[in-house]
Amino acid sequence: MAEPEVNLDLAIEHGLLEDEYNRILKILGRTPTYTELGIFSVMWSEHCSYKNSIKQIKTLPRSGGKLLVSAGEENAGLVDIGDNLAVAFKIESHNHPSAVEPYQGAATGVGGILRDIFTMGARPIASLNSLRFGLINSFDGKNEKNNLIEHTKYLFKNVVKGIGDYGNCFGVPTISGEVYFEECYQDNPLVNAMAVGIVKHNETASATAKGKGNPVFLIGSSTGKDGIHGATFASEEISEKSESKRPSVQVGDPFTEKLLLEATLEAIRSGVIVGIQDMGAAGITCSSSEMSAKGECGMYINLDLVPLRDENMIPYEIMLSESQERMLAVVEKGKEEIAKQIFEKWDLNCVEIGKVLDEKNIKIYHKGKLVADIPAFELVLGGGAPVYTRESKEPAYIKSKRNFDLNSVREPTDYTDVLKKLLSSPNIANKNWVYEQYDTQVRTNTYIMPGGDASVLRIKKTNKALSMKTDCNSKYVFLNPYKGGMIAVCESARNVVCTGALPLAITNCLNFGNPYNPENYFQFSESIRGIGDACRKLKTPVTGGNVSFYNQSQEYAVFPTPVIGMLGLIEDYKKTVTSNFKNENDLIFILGDNKGEIGGSEYLNTIHNLIKGDAPDINLDSEKNLYGAVLELIDRGFINSAHDVSDGGVGVALAECCIINKNFPIGCEINFDYGKLRKDFSLFGESQSRIIISANKKFEKDILAICSKYNTSVHNVGIVGDNNLKINSEINIGVEELIDFYFNSIKNIME
Amino acid sequence: MSKAKVGIVVFPGSNCDHDAYYVFKDILKVDTKFLWHKEGNINDRNIIILPGGFSYGDYLRCGAVSAHSNLMNDVIRFANKGGIVIGICNGFQVLCETKLLPGILLRNNNLKFVCKTVSLKVENNKSIFTGYYDIKEDIDIPIAHGEGNYFCDDVTLTELIGNNQVLLRYNDNPNGSIYDIAGIQNLKRNVLGMMPHPERVSDSILGNTDGLRLLQCVAESVM
Repeated sequence: MAEPEVNLDLAIEHGLLEDEYNRILKILGRTPTYTELGIFSVMWSEHCSYKNSIKQIKTLPRSGGKLLVSAGEENAGLVDIGDNLAVAFKIESHNHPSAVEPYQGAATGVGGILRDIFTMGARPIASLNSLRFGLINSFDGKNEKNNLIEHTKYLFKNVVKGIGDYGNCFGVPTISGEVYFEECYQDNPLVNAMAVGIVKHNETASATAKGKGNPVFLIGSSTGKDGIHGATFASEEISEKSESKRPSVQVGDPFTEKLLLEATLEAIRSGVIVGIQDMGAAGITCSSSEMSAKGECGMYINLDLVPLRDENMIPYEIMLSESQERMLAVVEKGKEEIAKQIFEKWDLNCVEIGKVLDEKNIKIYHKGKLVADIPAFELVLGGGAPVYTRESKEPAYIKSKRNFDLNSVREPTDYTDVLKKLLSSPNIANKNWVYEQYDTQVRTNTYIMPGGDASVLRIKKTNKALSMKTDCNSKYVFLNPYKGGMIAVCESARNVVCTGALPLAITNCLNFGNPYNPENYFQFSESIRGIGDACRKLKTPVTGGNVSFYNQSQEYAVFPTPVIGMLGLIEDYKKTVTSNFKNENDLIFILGDNKGEIGGSEYLNTIHNLIKGDAPDINLDSEKNLYGAVLELIDRGFINSAHDVSDGGVGVALAECCIINKNFPIGCEINFDYGKLRKDFSLFGESQSRIIISANKKFEKDILAICSKYNTSVHNVGIVGDNNLKINSEINIGVEELIDFYFNSIKNIME
Repeated sequence: MSKAKVGIVVFPGSNCDHDAYYVFKDILKVDTKFLWHKEGNINDRNIIILPGGFSYGDYLRCGAVSAHSNLMNDVIRFANKGGIVIGICNGFQVLCETKLLPGILLRNNNLKFVCKTVSLKVENNKSIFTGYYDIKEDIDIPIAHGEGNYFCDDVTLTELIGNNQVLLRYNDNPNGSIYDIAGIQNLKRNVLGMMPHPERVSDSILGNTDGLRLLQCVAESVM
């Protein structure tokens, strides 16, 4: 392939702005080569440079607490959990690849995030995800567009298969996640993958290049033409032309990744590695420039030494390839043979392609010719990459949605029927159809399986366990970005608290529309403000994450979806609590107050086909008090179950408490004080900061005392027992029937 | 104290190797070591475990490449001399590929990977593997596979049944296996292949220990 002439038009074709191209000319003092243009265009793409988001991101609390590494310093955050152990965790999006090639898009999303974890020396112990699709059913005639439904089912099915096949083969349990279905995700599904790993304090690795003359090795798969400009593709809107971007999607090989994991950990432990970084977006370009910039050095790379799948690749393609399962490592000079032996043992390429230089530029050679010569610092985030603040404007829809008179909604006559519909709506129904396709148990640490609030993994040879969850209610963020951001943090924290875990830190994946649209930018900056306020109050710093803009079709953006991945620590795994009711005659209490808020609720969405009103209120002080109360109740062994009230309100939460352990369902009888609220608002409203607990009657006084100590209101609402869920005179249904609606709904839609 | 010396074969892509190691070494306190497929030496071992996972990525056909590895030649000789071999999940697939066990494992009949705890019936407890169970006892052991649909021809099936080689059967068949077969032994009764993962239900911390009795039975069968 002949290289085209570099000029402004070509730069614009590469997604660069005119100003940006002029800056490149100034930095280099000359016209860039074609290879250099490619390098700048990917490094300054939204995906790699965070140019439109970094100013906002920097307002988040990104250090302190138990953080060993501040956000952005390494490939993933690192949190101290005691016992000389640290947890590395991070979430990342793979939305656009999954929109055009769902199986490989999702699989390589998982692969990429796993590499981020083990490149730090941590062994991955869990994989999680957060998924959003268009509608998969025509519930109540809500969506008659059958071909759209079929396409969405195809995406859903293959994304799940891609996530499963990659994680299952790699040998990491996929233990938790969330899946939502809304029309706004029809053209642009969201596929966010999270990974969690464990490392001893003294066995971590850094993504830094240093030491003049140290050799640079390329490890793992050969480099091919796949995934060229993947990062650029991620930085533009989905359109009809996107189908043609299918070659931008990488192809995953979980088997090679598994070998790469074992070999990388072995090499890091052997002490020969100076620095190592995985190759994700922008391949050799990104890893070489980021490692060099971080180590304040330069790097010489000879592309003739890179193992290729296709001998005819030009330097531009080699530098931009996003072929998967590769790492770039700086090895201590003189220890090359030890490194090579380790990688050869695992049948992996381990080829010296360059050296660390005692200067500031990365110098790329091909067939004896210098094809790129760029100061590394100028390429990277925090260095010369552009930083913008975009215009922000409150979207017009917000006021009109908020002014909607919620009391105009028709009051239902058959509450049992409403509950059945809610439990079988794909947003609420159990996701067993999904998680049974994932290996949830490999490595034999899974202490609480998926399906409940958060999943829990014990840590072998300690008393500790980790609780983790991904969460975001994007309807709330859509209606009120600030409150929605706060609630996303609180809900994920509440989930881990319900298992008995202290929330430690978060990672976030910020999925938004085109940032050049002021309304989208308002959603973005406001929800970040909400996340920041919640994280400061709850003392859960942000360890890192990912921003994904341009999630939209030509007509509309997705709901703003800042997904939170929460990590919680349980000091004694024996004190872990699950969400299901367990014993006949246990008393049932609801902690927190019911305000009958149905704005943005699943009830309004599923039963009335409306996404209107305001997001529920959230008081961070009440929220924090609630955690104090529940954690002490669990620590002192007073309660037998804890489950948070979320989508579908108290009605759905109580039903889940009865049936979430479908092998041991049990009923309950509830006498609920509606107060002055409408019955439907009371039963299905989604007021925040509420947790349902059950306990032996003998602990009633202790429970009341602890709740009072934490200034948390507590309501005795009923008793566990029998085979029916009975709520006042409104609802009476057998638990077996509930199980059928809740556990079989998605399977019935998909098969 | 058991005289068992367990060797856990590690192929590239094995991923339940650590789990089996943990049960033998840390729970049963048995002499246990990993055997890397390129250089492992099985001579001082008296029980060989072929663990679950995706050996060689399962890219050609599950277990097909591993069946031809150097170490498997040693394992075949070991088994033919009466040595105890257990293949779990991918290990079962390898055993079928080597013909140490008859039949083959096809894709699950619903064509999906499935991971969940299933109920098994102990069909025969007169074996070095299932001796600690009651006959017809129901036990709960998880499965995690995409290709666990056991199949063999009618003649083989009649032989398996007639010779009491069928040890474990599914109570609610999750994958389409013929005769609900979950685990079989060879005619000489020293080789077991099973799709469910006993090593995943062997630690009391995680609740269920239905799998431990199988692994313990084998370990204690070596005097």
